[in-house]
Amino acid sequence: MQERTMAATEIARQAGEGARAVPLSGHVGFDSMPDQLVNKSVNHGFCFNILCVGETGLGKSTLMDTLFNTKFEGEPTQHNQPGVQLKSNTYELQESNVRLKLTMVNTVGFGDQINKEDSYKSIVEFIDAQFEAYLQEELKIKRTLHSYHDTRIHACLYFIAPTGHSLKSLDLVTMKKLDSKVNIIPIIAKSDAISKSELAKFKIKITSELVSNGVQIYQFPTDDETVAEINSTMNGHLPFAVVGSTEEVKIGNKMVRARQYPWGTVQVENENHCDFVKLREMLIRVNMEDLREQTHTRHYELYRRCKLEEMGFKDTDPDSKPFSLQETYEAKRNEFMGELQKKEEEMRQMFVQRVKEKEAELKEAEKELHEKFDRLKKLHQDEKKKLEDKKKSLDDELNGFKQKKTAAELLQSQAQQAGSSATLKKDKERKKPQTITMQEIMCASVCAFH
Amino acid sequence: MSSGSEVISSYSSSSSSSSIMAESVIQEMPPAMCLEKPSVDFSYVGIDAILEQMRRKAMKQGFELNIMVVGQSGLGKSTLMNTLFKSKVSRKSFLGTAEEKIPKTIEIKSISHDVEEKGVRMKLTVIDTPGFGDQINNENCWQPIMKFINDQYEQYLQEEINIDRKKRIPDSRVHCCIYFIPPTGHCLRPLDVEFMRRLSKVVNIVPVIAKADTLTLEERDFFKKKIREELRANGIDVYPQKEFDEDAEDRTINEKIREMIPFAVVGSDQEYQVNGRRLLGRKTKWGTIEVENIAHCEFAYLRDLLIRTHMQNIKDITSSIHYEMYRVRRLNENNTQANGLGDHHPASHEI
Repeated sequence: MQERTMAATEIARQAGEGARAVPLSGHVGFDSMPDQLVNKSVNHGFCFNILCVGETGLGKSTLMDTLFNTKFEGEPTQHNQPGVQLKSNTYELQESNVRLKLTMVNTVGFGDQINKEDSYKSIVEFIDAQFEAYLQEELKIKRTLHSYHDTRIHACLYFIAPTGHSLKSLDLVTMKKLDSKVNIIPIIAKSDAISKSELAKFKIKITSELVSNGVQIYQFPTDDETVAEINSTMNGHLPFAVVGSTEEVKIGNKMVRARQYPWGTVQVENENHCDFVKLREMLIRVNMEDLREQTHTRHYELYRRCKLEEMGFKDTDPDSKPFSLQETYEAKRNEFMGELQKKEEEMRQMFVQRVKEKEAELKEAEKELHEKFDRLKKLHQDEKKKLEDKKKSLDDELNGFKQKKTAAELLQSQAQQAGSSATLKKDKERKKPQTITMQEIMCASVCAFH
Repeated sequence: MSSGSEVISSYSSSSSSSSIMAESVIQEMPPAMCLEKPSVDFSYVGIDAILEQMRRKAMKQGFELNIMVVGQSGLGKSTLMNTLFKSKVSRKSFLGTAEEKIPKTIEIKSISHDVEEKGVRMKLTVIDTPGFGDQINNENCWQPIMKFINDQYEQYLQEEINIDRKKRIPDSRVHCCIYFIPPTGHCLRPLDVEFMRRLSKVVNIVPVIAKADTLTLEERDFFKKKIREELRANGIDVYPQKEFDEDAEDRTINEKIREMIPFAVVGSDQEYQVNGRRLLGRKTKWGTIEVENIAHCEFAYLRDLLIRTHMQNIKDITSSIHYEMYRVRRLNENNTQANGLGDHHPASHEI
């Protein structure tokens, strides 16, 4: 016989598209696989995260207590919160051999503000933050995904106030923002405030408003035959009208959870009174796993895709694929560093420029000052010279006078001598008319001058 | 629905924060304060229904299992596969020939089958390695096998890194590699040691003594002890690895298994009449060896280990330990490449 040798890849590919079905001739034993899987999960524990969104006072905490049949912590919150905060608590519940890590997140202060435009933002941010944390863990090099405590929100119970008319615009806006991020299950809170006929109309109004605004609420899955029927019926009962209570009342010979009014008692677990049982059935007993799966495969994948595309990654051709994450990340980082450096450079340039300008200014000023100084100095010198000249001329005059004076004195003394002799002569000639000689006049004037 | 089951809860301290990540600390409440027992039971919440939901989901999705068989030709690999899965899953059956030439180089041939049992569907892939250890010079004969295993990891990694990725990434990673040791009765050959040493680091190895019907019980025990010593001396960690035991319970179970490996197996896909029952066996002149009789050979133990009890565990170790190790290595490699420090060629992951 000729042997058909096929390349391994060929065979594998062939097999991939509908591997051939092979009948078993005996009991092999892999029908225990689901059990093995379940056992592993039991050992590992489960986790489930519920987000309760609704105005303060709608009975969120009470409903949670009723659903899980435990008194969780907490006093009712005040109504004067400045913004919407999210408070998250984790509890470990156990039922038979199943351990559940239940996280409940409450919106504190939702709907209490005067301006509610940004109310939805903190909720969206919280949900995104959980996705981000998971994404970070998934992208790590050394990661521990199987022991990671999953905090992503699996179900969002949206509490609608029992007005009986329609949805509030805050509700519509918030639900629209959340529907692509989380599985929304709308419920009518405190529904014992609404009569049966009003309730039916209310439900129809709500559903039509949701549809007309394009809000995608969570639909219970109908693809598995075991649960398709019950799920599709329940889909028609949405939104569930619930009543929560942890108080027990004796009805007949049983103790039931109920709310007692003067006009009657509303029993929580009575399907004629409210949809609590339906909610519990759908949320916990039938679809908990599906809620978790939808969160992971739909909402989380959508977030991941958007986030990665935003960061600039693309699915490029197969060759560069594997590390498009690493490489692109490196490239982005380098780009960013380059930009930083450029900015730094620019700033440095500007600084240097400014310094130069300032220097130039200062130099100018210095020059001016020097010039002024020089001018002043010159002026000063000129003045000084003038003064000196004047002084010189004065001195000359003074000298001149001095000379004249000495000369005159000399003459005077001469004249006096001559005068004494002349006086003798004069005495003789006194008899004679004295003729004053020119000399005598000159002497006299000199003496007078002195 | 058991009435009387209670929901026991332990509190955690709440922390309100306006920041985005709210912290939660889990504390165990002292048991004394734990629960005031409700006077009447209406306390069944239904959390344990999640087990049923998981089971349903698993049944719908089906399972995947990839087994590789490695060993020299003539050791009964194909027969053993057929015996394990009670159907013609081996390569030879698929290709329709009983005789074939021994290939000149090692080839890797992978064949997939869809099998179903009691509503549980499984995609079983048997990866055969004809030509292993058959050449005169068998140096580096583990290389193509290593490469194949790493290629499967690579394929999975590529898909996982995609931005737009499939809901269920097809898992072609080799979960388990059955290594056939020829029944010499003495000790491991250098080829065996080399192969197992290298491959135990990247995949779960289950060594078996092939064609064990040629060994008497004493010879078998001696051989096994010798093999275990040699494995220990060479630092070879075969499945179930000691370091991956999760808790004391696991350890006890696995210790028992570790004392029995390698399993001495006999394969057969023919049925014979023994004591009024039709059993799988090998008929010889001196008697009929019953394959599923644990007094005759240890096939049943192998089957139980691989399929009935530890299949999920094998897959978990592959995905959370071997694959993660590969991923870490690969991503670090590329880091050094990007920084221009290393000079690694990505394809060589040789140890």
